[in-house]
Amino acid sequence: MSAFSITSHTPNHDPKPIVYALTVLAFLSVGFLLLLPLVAVFAEAFSKGPAVYFETFRDPVTQNSIFLTLRVAALAVPLNTIFGVAAAWAVTRFTFPGRRFLISLIELPLWVSPVIGGMVYTMIFGLQGWLGGWLEERNIQVIFAYPGLVLATIFVTFPFVARVVIPLMESLGQAEEEAAVTLGARGWQVFWRITVPRIKMGLLYGIILCNARAMGEFGAVSVVSGHIRNQTCTMPLQIEILHSEYQFAHAFALASVLSLLGIITLMLKVYLEGQTTRRLPAEVPERRRQRDPATPNP
Amino acid sequence: MSIRVENISKVFERFPALNGVSLEVKEGDLLALLGPSGSGKTTLLRIIAGLEFPGRDGGKIFLDSRDVTWDSAYARRAGFVFQHYALFNHMTVGENIAFGLRVRPKKTRPSEQEIQRMIHELLAMVQLPGLEKRFPTQLSGGQRQRIALARALAVEPKILLLDEPFGALDAKVRKDLRKWLREFHDRTGLTTIFVTHDQDEAFELADHVVILHEGKIQQSGTPKEIQSRPANPFVSDFLGLSKN
Amino acid sequence: MSRSRTHVLPGFHLSLGFTLFYFGLLVLIPIVALTLRTFSEGFPTFWNAIFEERSLASYKNSFGLSLLAGGFDGIVGLIIAWVLTRYDFPFRRALDALIDLPFALPTAVAGIALTALYSPQGWIGKFLPFKVAYTPLGIFIALAFTGLPFVVRTIQPVLAQLPVELEEAAACLGANRFLVFTKVLFPAVLPAVLTGITLAFGRAVGEYGSVIFIAGNIAYYTEITPLLIVMKLEQFQYSAAAGLGFFMLIVSFFILFMIQILQTWNARRSGGRV
Repeated sequence: MSAFSITSHTPNHDPKPIVYALTVLAFLSVGFLLLLPLVAVFAEAFSKGPAVYFETFRDPVTQNSIFLTLRVAALAVPLNTIFGVAAAWAVTRFTFPGRRFLISLIELPLWVSPVIGGMVYTMIFGLQGWLGGWLEERNIQVIFAYPGLVLATIFVTFPFVARVVIPLMESLGQAEEEAAVTLGARGWQVFWRITVPRIKMGLLYGIILCNARAMGEFGAVSVVSGHIRNQTCTMPLQIEILHSEYQFAHAFALASVLSLLGIITLMLKVYLEGQTTRRLPAEVPERRRQRDPATPNP
Repeated sequence: MSIRVENISKVFERFPALNGVSLEVKEGDLLALLGPSGSGKTTLLRIIAGLEFPGRDGGKIFLDSRDVTWDSAYARRAGFVFQHYALFNHMTVGENIAFGLRVRPKKTRPSEQEIQRMIHELLAMVQLPGLEKRFPTQLSGGQRQRIALARALAVEPKILLLDEPFGALDAKVRKDLRKWLREFHDRTGLTTIFVTHDQDEAFELADHVVILHEGKIQQSGTPKEIQSRPANPFVSDFLGLSKN
Repeated sequence: MSRSRTHVLPGFHLSLGFTLFYFGLLVLIPIVALTLRTFSEGFPTFWNAIFEERSLASYKNSFGLSLLAGGFDGIVGLIIAWVLTRYDFPFRRALDALIDLPFALPTAVAGIALTALYSPQGWIGKFLPFKVAYTPLGIFIALAFTGLPFVVRTIQPVLAQLPVELEEAAACLGANRFLVFTKVLFPAVLPAVLTGITLAFGRAVGEYGSVIFIAGNIAYYTEITPLLIVMKLEQFQYSAAAGLGFFMLIVSFFILFMIQILQTWNARRSGGRV
């Protein structure tokens, strides 16, 4: 898992023609494969002019989808953040059997199809699911309702905060926290006064990334939502509906909002990478807690 | 405070870092734990500090005849200075030093005035007056070293433990700080243990030296004793002494 | 007085307890439910769901095309990573930032954008003599789009940490640039490339949103396995859906396991920390 990419500049011995050719190739492939779709979103969104673009957001159904998306993220993201930090603390500050297994398990939702992320909750809470009958009797709606949307979103996005904070806390080392303990700090004092200030920036990035993914989640939410217009359609689902009704300009207009969110996330990442390389202290080797028997420490 | 280490053993994932180590430190002594990389000296220091714990039957630690083997670092009143200082980079020098005082429960916490007074006193003691508002990243290695010391002293420890205190500094600064540490120790009289792999440092500074290798004590005694009568081939090799 | 499991730092039980509770409740239990549901109507239902014609056709797309896309991303990703770590040129930072776009962009947005580009009336589609959207080629492009960041971000750190001395030593010994690359550099980044391809593959297999728009979902031709799962759910064939889902889950676990092994191999070979 890596939170930040390392962009360094190593010396180059390649002959000039190769350098030019490869660079052009790189730009072309990124341009075609990655940039072009992004450009297409905005171009299509404004293809019928700004009037139609803004008209998209006056539609009450679309407005409801935006509010619903925000409401789902408002619950899913904080919960995942707490989980991410708790998991990072447990996994980077202590050794226990199964630690590495737990770290890899946390990544599980990333490699599972989002459709499955929605389906597992349908198996439990759906009409034909385990608790289906029980919930029906009490008139509680989980699937095809807000709670289901939140659950599915949580499932798919909970690794994101952890994935950022775990390597961060790993690389920062725990010497400062140990120092705080020797000076008499207890429990939450160590966490709030020492750990949080150090992981602030990375944590912020993790939260924003988690939020962008939560708001943009499609597959899992699609399964649990039932596509009930005005009630259980989040922005991505509304985009799908508009697209299927051939209201392309509106669909892309809504998509452009989510794209903007993605772009902001990317910009924040670049900004934070610049910051952390400057903020980390010059001396590097923090004492690693897990000792490799092959390289004993003094 | 006197320190007694009784038969300490510690294993890391099947690697035996320490194997039945025992030693005694008298009140007011300045002791050096000397040895090559991997000898177990830092592990021993951390166990004495309370930052590691021995295995279930891995021995005991006594401070002033009190069994503190499972006590926390703070409960032992052990001040610890880390090899890379572990200063809180997001806090000023003053806030670093005052940290141990500010995290105390309201009942035992000194007043803000009192805290400021102590910060000034400690900075004077380590001969770095006026640096309260600076940040650790703005200081030199030698300065950070002394701030880390001041921070540890703020909570009035009974013993002082230093992990390779001069390891990260260059030669000139190291020499100056060595002298300074000896004078400091003579002034305060605190029982102090420091870890080093540099034998000149150990012999120049310490009242007593304990040489470790592969988790076992090879020899312990005053610098004179060890140099005149090395106990085994490892010690003479390590010290570069010719065999007579 | 003696506690065999004493921790220096606070919060062990609280943090681990909460972590296991949250994870167990939200991930493990649902997966167990899925497993049970899979076999609730007996083994034959499960077997049929996995092996019926339509499912098999979908595997060609979901697994086959994912593998191809992963391979494609491996080659292109290596070039991009090479260019980014070794050369300096205007807009290098912008290029680097763009790599993460598929990761930050919602899948549905990517899906409709790709459709707009490659459908027969699309920006690119209208200039091509062959169909891209609504064919496996369209699916391939969508999967290549999703997987690229995984490959590039896996290769970059390894390339960046390769000691320059390796190439210089080889060059001193008389190897020309091509030999240096094939005999020294490429073997050194191979673990990273393979790891990246596996990551891209793992991601592509389960991909839904970016694919279903451009795929056109033509039965037996451009259907992907996740789509079949959704269809079965809509028809209330819970056990069959669960069966397919369970099958995909097993594959995911296997991929996750392979990724762990590859990442360990990669870390060991490149000398970095796991």
